[in-house]
Amino acid sequence: MSIRLHDIAKHFGRTQALEPVNLDIAEGELVGLLGPSGSGKTTLLRIIAGLETADAAADARILFGDRDVTHLHVRDRRIGFVFQHYALFRHMTVFDNVAFGLTVMPRKSRPTSGEIRSRVHRLLEMVKLEHMAHRYPAQLSGGQQQRVSLARALALRPDVLLLDEPFGALDAKVRQELRRWLRHLHDELNFTSLFVTHDQEEALELSDRVVVMSNGRIEQIDTPDQLYRHPINRFVFEFLGDVNHLEGRVRNGVLTCGDARLAVDFADGQEELLLRPHELELATSPSPEAQMPVTVTAISPVGAEVRVELEADWMGEPWLATVSHADYERLALTRGMRLYALPRRWHRFPAERSKQGKRRAATVS
Amino acid sequence: MQRIGDGVAVRRLLIGAAVVLAALFLLLPLVTIFAQAFARGIDVFWANVTNHYTLAAIQLTLLIAVLTIPVCLVFGVALAWLVTRFRFPGRRILQTLIDIPFAVSPVVAGLVYLLLYGRTGWLGAWLDTHDIQLMFAWPGILLVTIFVTCPFVARELIPLMQAQGSREEEAAVTLGAPGWTIFRRVTLPNIRWALLYGVILTNARAVGEFGAVSVVSGAIRGQTNTLPLHLEQLYQDYNTVGAFASASLLALIALLTLVAKAGLEWRAARREVRA
Repeated sequence: MSIRLHDIAKHFGRTQALEPVNLDIAEGELVGLLGPSGSGKTTLLRIIAGLETADAAADARILFGDRDVTHLHVRDRRIGFVFQHYALFRHMTVFDNVAFGLTVMPRKSRPTSGEIRSRVHRLLEMVKLEHMAHRYPAQLSGGQQQRVSLARALALRPDVLLLDEPFGALDAKVRQELRRWLRHLHDELNFTSLFVTHDQEEALELSDRVVVMSNGRIEQIDTPDQLYRHPINRFVFEFLGDVNHLEGRVRNGVLTCGDARLAVDFADGQEELLLRPHELELATSPSPEAQMPVTVTAISPVGAEVRVELEADWMGEPWLATVSHADYERLALTRGMRLYALPRRWHRFPAERSKQGKRRAATVS
Repeated sequence: MQRIGDGVAVRRLLIGAAVVLAALFLLLPLVTIFAQAFARGIDVFWANVTNHYTLAAIQLTLLIAVLTIPVCLVFGVALAWLVTRFRFPGRRILQTLIDIPFAVSPVVAGLVYLLLYGRTGWLGAWLDTHDIQLMFAWPGILLVTIFVTCPFVARELIPLMQAQGSREEEAAVTLGAPGWTIFRRVTLPNIRWALLYGVILTNARAVGEFGAVSVVSGAIRGQTNTLPLHLEQLYQDYNTVGAFASASLLALIALLTLVAKAGLEWRAARREVRA
C-alpha cells in the first residue's frame, strides 16, 4: 500500500521539528529516512504511525493507498511499528509477544486460539526463533529481541511497516545480518516499509530510495546511486561519506592554496572544492594539472581498501585517501612518505545554503 | 587488597553498634509489648481482646482500612498514569501537591477537616441542613485516613513508571489494543509489585493512624474509636494490660506487613535473577 504525505509539519512548543513535508512512497517500496539526530526523521515516522499528531493544518493529509488516515487513531491505521529498543512486553514470553496483536482483536474478528497458535509459530519460524517461543525477552540477545519485535509487528499483516532505527542498538555484525534479512523479508512479503536511520551505509545498502533530512526538512529524495553521484547540496554530499576540503583562490584557470596548485576551469575568485577519498590518486610525482605535495601520516588497511591519512601545510584539516591494495603495494606506502595527490574528480556547491532560490550543484570531472 | 574502612576492628565496631541499637530501639520495645500484654496471663489478655469495646475498635479499624485501600489504589494509579504518561502545564506542581499529606502534620490535617466539615464549618453547615454527619462519625475518620494515606501508592508507582517509559504501551497501541486492554495486559503486569507494595504501606498507615483520626473521631467508645485511639484511652484509664493487648494487635499487624513486604521483595529479587 502506498504512503502519501501532504504538508505534514510539526511544532514542539515553539520549536519547529518538521517543516511542511510532502512525500510519496510507492507500494512495495523500501524507503530509508536518513539524517543526523534532531533532523526530524523519527518525528516524521511517528506522525505516519499516528504516535504523534502533526500540526493541525487545513491541507495536511496522510494517505495509505486511497485511505485517508490523517485523523485515524494509531490502533486503526493498520501499521506495524518496530522500535529501536524493541519495546517487547517484558512479562510475556516470546510467543505471547507475537500473539498479542491477534489476541486483542475484537472478539468477532479474532482468530480461534488454534489459528493464533499456528500463525504465531509460522511467524517465529520466519524469524528463526521457533525454539525460543517460551523464553522471556530478557533471556534473548539484542538481535533476537529485534526479530521477535519484527514478528510481532508483522503478525497483523500490516499494510505499512515502520521501523525506528531498527538496528541502532545492535553490534556491527548482527546489524549486517539483520539488514540483509530484512531486505529479503521485504522482497518476499512485499509490504511497504519506511525505516529511520542515521547510518548512511545502512540507508544506502537497504533502501530502494533514501530520504535525506536535516533540520526538519527533506533535503533530497533519490535512489542510493543517484544520491551518491548527484547530491543536491553540500549537506547531502557531506552526510553521505567522508569529505576532503580544498579552499583557494582561482586565477587564470589555476586554483592556488599555499604551495598546492590545481588546474580548474571556472572563473576567477575564491573557491571551495570537496573531494571524496576514493577520488584521490597518490603518485610519486606531480602531474601537469595538479601539484599538490602531501605527507603520509597514517595507514590502515580496512577490508578491500587501504585508508591513508595525508597532511600538508596548505590543508586546513588532514585529508583521507582510499587506495587499492595493489596501489598500496606498488607505491610501497610508509608513514612519513612524501607524495603528490592527484584529484580525479571534485565537487562544488556554489550557491551555498541560500534558503531562497534554487540550490544548484555542480560536479566537474 | 583491602578496601578503605575494611579493618577488622572497624567492621566489628560498626556491626556491634548496629546490633545494639537495633536491640535497644526495635527489639526490646517489641518484646515489651507482648510481655506486658501477657503479664497477667493468657486469660486476662484474651478477656481484654474480646472485650466489647476492643472488638468494636478492631471492627472500625478494619472497616476504615478496607475502604481506604481501594480509594488510594485507584487514585494512586490514575495519578501516576497522568503524571508519567502525559505532558501538561501544571504537571510539576501536581507532583509536588502529591506530597502535601506527607508534609503536613496529621493533626493539622484533622483540624482542617474539622473546620471544613464540622457543624459550623463552611461545608459542614450545608451538610448539616441535609442531615449528613461526617465529623465524629466513621465517614470523617475515613476521609482523614484517605487524606493521610493517598500518596503511598502514587509515590511507589511514579518513579517506576517513569523508568519504564511508555514504549511498551506504544507498541501495544500500534498492535491495535484498546486503552483498557493496554492497561490490563501491559501496564498492570509491569507495575503490579510496586502496586502491591504501595497497598501494604497504605494499609499499615491506615490501621495505625492516630493524629488526624483523633481530631475528627470524637473517640466515642464502641462507636468511633479506632484501635490506636482505644489503646490510648485504655492507657489513660490505667488499664495497662488492656492497652498492651491492643498494642500487641497493632504490632502483630505491623509484623505481618513486614513479612508481606519482605516476601514481595524476595519475589522481585528472584524475578530479576530469572530474567
